[in-house]
Amino acid sequence: MSGMETTERTTWLIRRADDALVLGHRLSEWCGHAPMLEEDLALANIALDQIGVARAFYQATAEALGSDEDRLAYHRSERDYLNLLLVEQPNGDFARTIVRQLLFSAAMVPFWRGCAEGTDAAIAAVAAKAEKEAAYHLRHAAEWTVRLGDGTEESRRRTEAALAWLWPFTDELFEADAVEQAMIGAGAVPDPAVVRPAWEATMETVLARATLSRPEPGWPRSGGRAGRHGEEFGHLLSELQYLQRAHPGATW
Amino acid sequence: MVGAEDSLLRRAEAAVAAVPDPELPFLTIAELGMVRGVTITEGQVEVALSPTYTGCPATAVIAAEVAGALDRAGIPGARVRTVLAPAWTTDWITAAGRSKLLQAGIVPPPTGAARPALFEAAAPPCPACLSPATERLSAFGSTPCKALYRCTACREPFEFFKCL
Repeated sequence: MSGMETTERTTWLIRRADDALVLGHRLSEWCGHAPMLEEDLALANIALDQIGVARAFYQATAEALGSDEDRLAYHRSERDYLNLLLVEQPNGDFARTIVRQLLFSAAMVPFWRGCAEGTDAAIAAVAAKAEKEAAYHLRHAAEWTVRLGDGTEESRRRTEAALAWLWPFTDELFEADAVEQAMIGAGAVPDPAVVRPAWEATMETVLARATLSRPEPGWPRSGGRAGRHGEEFGHLLSELQYLQRAHPGATW
Repeated sequence: MVGAEDSLLRRAEAAVAAVPDPELPFLTIAELGMVRGVTITEGQVEVALSPTYTGCPATAVIAAEVAGALDRAGIPGARVRTVLAPAWTTDWITAAGRSKLLQAGIVPPPTGAARPALFEAAAPPCPACLSPATERLSAFGSTPCKALYRCTACREPFEFFKCL
């Protein structure tokens, strides 16, 4: 990584840490409310995996910036968070949560695999673990998508609606601005040109088995990577950050 | 003095290896393959641990337990650090560890298994009656590392330590 600007790398790290933190937080909102006990456990466990990845990347960023993981996670404002819009979308019903998980995990598996084979040892170390866990998340989401799509009239209707709602957020998964290009150029992370086809193949397989159609391409939603979030994000942060803001520096 | 340092290292290694996993207390962290190494640099003992799942809540507890075990073995002030690479894998669970898991009614993960394709899954045999006719109740069980299964032959539920 010699010659690489620190700020591009730390921006990249923050983006992935924020993805994981925000998704982990959304999934944790199901705790105690899932449609059945097994799913309460499943979503909570997936959330835990996300928080683990978030911590790993916040720690790496904190090291580079001379900050600490809690300050990064809990004491920034909306515009400073650089997560994808996809992961901050409200959970909605179970179908929408499952479809969000499908769309995200299907991209993360090939993405982490590419990072694990990349030139940045610290990123590769986290990615190697994240990839294995993401494979379980994808499996869970894919199996549920099939059950819901090829299920009752209601489950099918809700899953189709979830796909239609979330599909416009998927282009952002494969955006590559100057920050991403710098990391790609350094050989640290994979090119979206490699990740996207793998994602498309998984989508085709899963949707076909679920007897669902791929939504028509619409107006792509984007901006999270630049800190431009939807209205719900402020509410999310007000819950996520409440304890740390009320008691700054609190520890267990 | 090489001799004294050797014996200190051996004492430290023994203390660390014996630390039980908080969730599966019949297993030690050494049997789980979590201990990457114990080193002594200028009298400072350092333990490298491999975390299992990235979000495993037991990781911090284990690190504290390791420091405590060393303290009780007369080796205070040891440093414990987490090492992410190479990534921990269930392949590192020792044969003794696998046997203990099975004795506790938890089916151990197969070694060196290729990841099953997206809609396929390996069906672990029932640890009670050995029947292959098992079905999965939940991919995520009481801990992130285990899945919940049921035997359709003898009707007993059991847990499966997932391949990672």
